Amino acid sequence: MLGNYPTERSALVPTLLYAQDEIGYLSDEVILEIAGRLKLTELEVRNVISYYSMLTTKPRGKFNLQVCTNISCMVRGGEEILHHCAKKLGVGHKETTPDGLFTLEEVECIGACSWAPAAQVNYDFHENLTPEKMDAVLDEYRKKATQ
Amino acid sequence: MADLVSHPDEVRVVSRRFGQGATAIERYLELDGYKAVQKALGMGPDAIVNEIKNSALRGRGGAGFSTGMKWSFVPKQSAKPKYVLCNGDESEPGTCKDRLIFEQDPHSVIEGVVIAGLAVGAASGYIYIRGEYRYLSVIMQKALRDAYAKGFLGKNIFGSGRDFDVYWHGGAGAYEVGEESALMESLEGKRGIPRIRPPFPAVVGLWGGPTVINNAETLANVPHIILGGADWYAKLGPTKNGGTRLFCLSGNIAKPGVYELPMGYNLKKMIYEVGGGIPNGRSLKAVVPGGASCPCLTAAEVDVNMDFDSVAKAGSMLGSGGVVVIDDAQCIVKFALRTMKFYRHESCGWCIPCREGTDWLEKTLIRFHSGGGMMKDIDNMQYLAENMLGRTFCPLGDAAAMPTIGFVKKFRKEFEDHLEGRPCRHEKEGAGEPLPVMAH
Repeated sequence: MLGNYPTERSALVPTLLYAQDEIGYLSDEVILEIAGRLKLTELEVRNVISYYSMLTTKPRGKFNLQVCTNISCMVRGGEEILHHCAKKLGVGHKETTPDGLFTLEEVECIGACSWAPAAQVNYDFHENLTPEKMDAVLDEYRKKATQ
Repeated sequence: MADLVSHPDEVRVVSRRFGQGATAIERYLELDGYKAVQKALGMGPDAIVNEIKNSALRGRGGAGFSTGMKWSFVPKQSAKPKYVLCNGDESEPGTCKDRLIFEQDPHSVIEGVVIAGLAVGAASGYIYIRGEYRYLSVIMQKALRDAYAKGFLGKNIFGSGRDFDVYWHGGAGAYEVGEESALMESLEGKRGIPRIRPPFPAVVGLWGGPTVINNAETLANVPHIILGGADWYAKLGPTKNGGTRLFCLSGNIAKPGVYELPMGYNLKKMIYEVGGGIPNGRSLKAVVPGGASCPCLTAAEVDVNMDFDSVAKAGSMLGSGGVVVIDDAQCIVKFALRTMKFYRHESCGWCIPCREGTDWLEKTLIRFHSGGGMMKDIDNMQYLAENMLGRTFCPLGDAAAMPTIGFVKKFRKEFEDHLEGRPCRHEKEGAGEPLPVMAH
């Protein structure tokens, strides 16, 4: 990937995402490792991490449930879906269930406006949601976790 | 995969290969794929630029700038390498069209990038896809590998003696990065803070070299224009607004979906005939015509033709094609609040009017919506928003301010109805308190 760009630094964001996919979050060790490989300071790397909403320095659940409540989803019940999930899972924004399965996050527009209300779980789309459909989606992931 | 819809009024240019398996390169080739770039290889840069200029293609990302004119700003000679950058960071609320292009016809974007490169003298291009579109990045990366395998990209493309590389690059969650200069910063591995202009990207862009930045839908149109001709494309829409565009109908509408309609299609017709009108026995209250950044149009104002110039005349913008329909059960103050929450969250923080303005406006709207507002707040919000306009490095400040001014001006009565601690008339069951926020 480094050869795709005239400067190594350009590979930083995709590299951080790849690392995050592997470990689940950007640990201190990983940040130092990436900084070293791309010849950047730790500060410069953390500077970039803090800007992008998909990057996290805190561990998350196995399944990252992100519910959109922006305008198109909001007028079609997106907030209700969010609150339904919060109640069902017993967590708030960016909190993880005690069993480590789900982290819930209220997010901005994910590009599913014509199929609202919508959510993503580990960046897979779940659209045209109702509270019932949302429950079914959560059950599917619970099953997946036991396999 | 997203659901596809259709309507007889559609004119399929960019969406003509949707639903036909065109992600597979063999199928793309069967459907006239990669013919346009081969034609372009024999055309010469000036001829390509003129064709695109004459087609009246204007940017489909939101600003609507003449694509041909933008390409013509790239200097002929350049000490630094030139680049083409495809903006696939679709994040404007209400917009979900580039998603479909990446999902259904990714090769058309690749082809558009190469043709743009031939027009301006670049030999490499980047296709930047927003991070949340993971499955689409997988599709695009495969499409690129297939194109390289066939010799359509890389060294000596199509045996022409010219080299052209196209690379995928993924984002990691940031609306501001869709702004062209912040996009470049992000691609260079930095925080997505916009650059001051001038110099413009066409002269000083990626890594200091001249760069042409176009929205994915804009680039996807380019091969069709090369094959079909500028004349044909220009005539699909009104003067100076050539072609068709993908409209994303969403919100309180019976048949939401992405429809490709000719430029200049009437918005009222779009809502009631294409979209099937307002469901659940409700009536139309307002429409956001081109994504959250555009001032709303009231129900009385929807008899407007959806092309750049007509919507601008009506006091709004054609924008990104995100048509968000709002019915009379929605609270405009809450809608304004949610819009401002978005801008405050996405503000990169560089410019004071935007960083502080969005924060102040959101806090005021929170207090206002919950009944703690004062009459002078209404005028203050408008005054503050007006003072954000034109005072920032990038249009995000304007994008936050203009809709706010629109809501306050056009729905003042609804704002006044929230005064004196009166509960919001539209509050729904189950919406309740906002979730506790742990960290951002």
